[in-house]
Amino acid sequence: MDWLYLYMPIAGVTIFWPGLVLIGFSVGVLGGFFGMGGAWMVTPGLNILGFPMAFAIGTDMAHIAGKSMISTMRHSKFGNVDYKLGFIMVLGTFIGIEVGAQLVMYLERLGKVESIVRWVYVGFLALIGWMIFYDYYKATRKKKMGLVEGEKGTEGITWYKTLHKIKIPPMVHFNTAGFTCSMWLPIGVSFMTGLLAGFLGIGGGLLRMPALVYLIGCPTHIAVGTDLFEVMISGLYGAFTYSLKGRIELVGVFVMLTGAAIGAQIGTVATKYAKGYGIRLAFGTCVVACMVSIVLKEFSFTALSAGLILGTIGLMSTYITVIMLKGAAYELREKKAREKAVARAA
Amino acid sequence: MLRAKRMGSLGRRALQALGAWCVSLWLLAPDWVWAAGEKATNLVVVADTRRLTGIMKYFANLYNTNTLLFAIWAVVLTAVYGAILGFLMDFLMARTGLDLKSRKIVEH
Repeated sequence: MDWLYLYMPIAGVTIFWPGLVLIGFSVGVLGGFFGMGGAWMVTPGLNILGFPMAFAIGTDMAHIAGKSMISTMRHSKFGNVDYKLGFIMVLGTFIGIEVGAQLVMYLERLGKVESIVRWVYVGFLALIGWMIFYDYYKATRKKKMGLVEGEKGTEGITWYKTLHKIKIPPMVHFNTAGFTCSMWLPIGVSFMTGLLAGFLGIGGGLLRMPALVYLIGCPTHIAVGTDLFEVMISGLYGAFTYSLKGRIELVGVFVMLTGAAIGAQIGTVATKYAKGYGIRLAFGTCVVACMVSIVLKEFSFTALSAGLILGTIGLMSTYITVIMLKGAAYELREKKAREKAVARAA
Repeated sequence: MLRAKRMGSLGRRALQALGAWCVSLWLLAPDWVWAAGEKATNLVVVADTRRLTGIMKYFANLYNTNTLLFAIWAVVLTAVYGAILGFLMDFLMARTGLDLKSRKIVEH
């Protein structure tokens, strides 16, 4: 069974390559569906397969860049990427990350930074989880009462409507996302999410996607596509800096990307067959799983924490694949029936 | 004339400010991206090139001797491979008969 193991020339370890393909595939599915990089899922997986931690992060970063590129291409064809919004947000994100990093350095001087960071992370994940499930509850209640607002259907939390009332110039219209707001709103929101990402030491997709939906007012599908575009830019730059520090295993990146290419198509196409709230709820479940895994890690249940993350990835990617396959089968059946009807009429 | 000179000086100042901003962005950006990852420890890894041949040996050597060129190759190859896979999957997906250019946005 030697052929199942591949030598990684830089890290100097031999890795079970189907495991790499599987991780790439699963995270590709999840990333394409939720619009995030998914470093929190990949890094423990790579570590379990035998990658030294130093290489796991850099390899993961490069793989995320390539995977996000594939997903962004597909989302772009669907019209799910608002490039103007993406570019504006990149600015706020980068500045925010720097301020967040400075904050961490300040806390480091005070001591106990790791524990503080971890618990702040848990707090924010709990907040996002609560927000998503409360939003769903509120929207369902409104729908039952027959309150349908706007063309997108019933919505629960609509904080973005209040924020859109801010009229500080310049006002910008985002064609793809379909709204006009002060340019300072996306800059401010991306600054805040960037600050948190820098403070928490994460990529930020986990925070940015819900922020795009609830604070900026993007339809869920466009939030997913636009966030992926941003993940792609930061991922490419991250890949460069990690390579400079010698923390990247290119062979591993390519093997993972092969799996991710297929997974990203499944995840991205699945968004076509899922309603916005379906995506939000599945995302909320992942956020809660991530939160519980961090709590477990904090109390030294490391194996259980990694198991929970890998289990969530497995279950969620299966669920998304089923959505995609069911939706595609239905679409093809409908198409065939239409063609038959046209042929009969002719 | 005076007004034109003043405008010219303002333009130069704006260009200088933009230049300074770009330089500081270039200098700070690696730190910003680093901030998103875990804390790094000093680590020197040397790739073992004795059991490698061909292109693998070339990249392992590059990793050991010229990190900057290796980093550029890493980014370019990742982007190119991502794009190739993207186009290939696009080609394959187009053959499934699915409509991959439109979708209806429904939230609930």
